[in-house]
Amino acid sequence: MALQVELVSPEDIIYTGEATMVVARTPEGDIAFQSGHVPFIGTLLGRGPVKIFLVEGGVMQVAVHSGFVQVANDVVSILSDVAELPETVDVPRAEAARDRARAALATNVGDEDAQAALNRAELRLAVAAAGSPARAR
Amino acid sequence: MLRRRIKSVQSTKKITRAMELIAATRVVKAQQRAAAAKPYSRQITQVIENLAAGGTEVHHPLLREATDVRRVGFIAITSDRGLAGAYNSSVIRATEREVMAHELEGHDYSLVLIGKKAEGYFRFRNYRVDASFVGISDTPKYEDARAVAAKITELFVSGHVDIVKLIYTEFFSVGVQKVTVRRFLPLESVAVVGAEGQGDKHAAAAAEFEPSPEAVLEALLPRYVEARLFGALLESAASEHASRQRAMKSATDNAEELRIKLSRQMNRARQESITTEIMEIVGGAEAMRSGDESGIPGAVYIDAMLDPVTWPAQSGLAAASRFDELQSLQDELAGGRDAAADN
Repeated sequence: MALQVELVSPEDIIYTGEATMVVARTPEGDIAFQSGHVPFIGTLLGRGPVKIFLVEGGVMQVAVHSGFVQVANDVVSILSDVAELPETVDVPRAEAARDRARAALATNVGDEDAQAALNRAELRLAVAAAGSPARAR
Repeated sequence: MLRRRIKSVQSTKKITRAMELIAATRVVKAQQRAAAAKPYSRQITQVIENLAAGGTEVHHPLLREATDVRRVGFIAITSDRGLAGAYNSSVIRATEREVMAHELEGHDYSLVLIGKKAEGYFRFRNYRVDASFVGISDTPKYEDARAVAAKITELFVSGHVDIVKLIYTEFFSVGVQKVTVRRFLPLESVAVVGAEGQGDKHAAAAAEFEPSPEAVLEALLPRYVEARLFGALLESAASEHASRQRAMKSATDNAEELRIKLSRQMNRARQESITTEIMEIVGGAEAMRSGDESGIPGAVYIDAMLDPVTWPAQSGLAAASRFDELQSLQDELAGGRDAAADN
């Protein structure tokens, strides 16, 4: 049986679909959910993409910058303030943001805002580079 | 005069009609946005509910119940633009009523206003306004909700206010909206929030948490506050557009009614002036006829005068004082026209 995946932001439902497995990164490390997983609620960090292993094959990566994941009854709900699907990532903008953040870090190593901006930009770019298998085909 | 008024009423009607149509499409959009935002708040409520089922209790500042209320905060959601019927005034009135009620109980107040209308009203009346947000109520974004929530959270957590009440317009349908006053902060205890949801409690009871139930809840509560405020903003926006649509519809109807009344009035006035003119001509003619009957030479019959074609001939005869010939010519003419030429 497949997992039901819901990606929800405050303004809209970003994505719904079926998956065989979902991998997300929580403060304690990556965690994978498959069918029959015990109920789980965790916070998500914007450090790595959420990987959705689609039923029809392929992996879709989603840039989830912060939020929560809840798993219950084979339904994976991802609540996120900011989440982007590969096709919605604005690559030139993310690249510009990355370069800006790097420049800021070069002058001020302890700049947390810049570090966070760099993480976000890199996550976006990684997701965009991985692409969306379901729609590319 | 009348014609100018009719013109202005007509163009006003066109404007209100356009505004009505715009508002109608906006209502639909706002409703869709409100519907799209529902899953998120439902999910958050559900997570909190699951936490409650797991028996988690934390002492989060947002849950702090004040033992002694000194100051009450009010969030009033109004619009930036007017022409929306009673939409703004009813929110403002409800807010003022609440403020007064709390002042009677000896509580101080603090206002957080959304929308130009509320700001204008309360600033003009010298209320103390702690914060006001303008330019977001038409199509609220989540970031807007977050900014407002941050301000309110700050006021609450710092102890500046002990209770926060939210006054907004609940959207039931295009026809029905109601001003609602809700307690916004402190949040009801987790168990109460949880009981609001209708989730599957058995499956959730044994949930795993990462990093820990407390940490999750702590991260979750601010989001919950934002989501609730965002929901209220969206509902208010939908209500604003619905109420503007209704106001503009009745304005359009009134303009149409006024236009009909004015053009009736104008037609009557025109008819009247024509009648008066005819009466004057007839009256003048009668005077002349009676002049002729009284034997004044040179008097002419009016019915013989009515067609100018024969006037040169008639006046020529009159000038030559050939009254007998003139009389016989006029007898031949019907209504001043050459009867023979007519046939």
